Amino acid sequence: MKHLIDPMDMTVEEIDHILALAIDIMANREKYSEVCKGKKLATLFYEPSTRTRLSFEAAMMELGGNVLGFSSANSSSAAKGESIADTIRTVSCYADIAAIRHPKEGAPLLASMHSSIPIINAGDGGHNHPSQTLTDLLTIKRTKGRLDNLTIGFCGDLKFGRTVHSLIKAMARYENVNFVLISPPELQVPEYLKEDVFIKKNIPYTEVVSMDEVMPQLDILYMTRVQKERFFNEADYIRLKDSYILDLEKLETAKNDLAILHPLPRVNEISVKVDDDPRACYFKQVECGKFARMALIMNLLGLDK
Amino acid sequence: MINIDSIERGIVLDHIKAGNSMTVYKLLNLGSLNCSVAIIKNVKSNKTGRKDIIKIDERIDINLDVLGYIDPNITVNIIENGKTVEKRHLQLPKQIVNVVTCKNPRCITSVEQEIDHIFRLADEEKQTYRCIYCEHEHKK
Repeated sequence: MKHLIDPMDMTVEEIDHILALAIDIMANREKYSEVCKGKKLATLFYEPSTRTRLSFEAAMMELGGNVLGFSSANSSSAAKGESIADTIRTVSCYADIAAIRHPKEGAPLLASMHSSIPIINAGDGGHNHPSQTLTDLLTIKRTKGRLDNLTIGFCGDLKFGRTVHSLIKAMARYENVNFVLISPPELQVPEYLKEDVFIKKNIPYTEVVSMDEVMPQLDILYMTRVQKERFFNEADYIRLKDSYILDLEKLETAKNDLAILHPLPRVNEISVKVDDDPRACYFKQVECGKFARMALIMNLLGLDK
Repeated sequence: MINIDSIERGIVLDHIKAGNSMTVYKLLNLGSLNCSVAIIKNVKSNKTGRKDIIKIDERIDINLDVLGYIDPNITVNIIENGKTVEKRHLQLPKQIVNVVTCKNPRCITSVEQEIDHIFRLADEEKQTYRCIYCEHEHKK
């Protein structure tokens, strides 16, 4: 049985296969409308979510399947102190596949150790978010036509940004990708990730504090929110929250075919005036999320053969 | 010079880094044994200058992973009829279970009761381990 806990759980070939399937689903939606008939997806969300939960649910519905679950820890037995192991054993009796989001890092891995159904990590604290990675890769593939030979800038909270960690791991496996890491010193990519992904594999990366100096080089700019919920100290959050705000003025030096991505939700790190710029791809990214998750569900259930 | 009786049948943990014998004693839970256990500290050693030795007067199952994690240079001597019949050399284990705990307050191990704290060897040279749940580093 397959799970998706870490983006590295899938080979490059498997990822390419899922992306190709997602693109086919986009073009032939009717063909896939009953693929998951009689199957149930459990969405176990211990932490708030709009896009991820709704896109998983919409994905399963579009495949002809059904959905059950909870959208906050307070509306599940977790509020009574039930362990993840016991919850997932229970859910395994009712559903065919589960997507789990949890504020604590490693919760989906723990769930997968006790589960008899495939588990998808739908975000675990500041750690990983592999289904968002498939979404991001699909968006890049559709926008740029390739996943190699790119310079990608990650900007904002790179320390607790789980989507950043997962996408860095995934993109590093493609040829000739340059990484530009833009963050305040307090929110830099964790050392273990730099060591594992860049240093051990001799992959080029640069760390800068200012967005302006690197803007002209970028093919992709991946913006992130400074996440209030990841800080134990509110003063630190307030000090760092407005570190980067992308506006039209900052984009003046950017390439004409730059693709601006953001996993959303945004607070103020991208001015709404940027939304109408043809380089803004974050709502296209939202659309890709549903199709990437449809392909992922099919893959994990073995229905993509 | 103190004399400690040699043992007929049991285990001698040799070449323990001087000062580490109590850590070994605790992590191997040797205090729970009914047999004699001798801790000899600061013994002169030709190789390392000083070393600790532990003698256990019974053949028990030793968790070699724990021992290898504490100090891969320790030698485990199996004694039968007063003679060393086997010498086991250790190495850093690939994985350790419930030997150290994850200190990351964001890790699932900080809230979930009774789950194993599992660390995998991330870098043999630097002797670093990472929590399998959150990848938080533990340096020896």
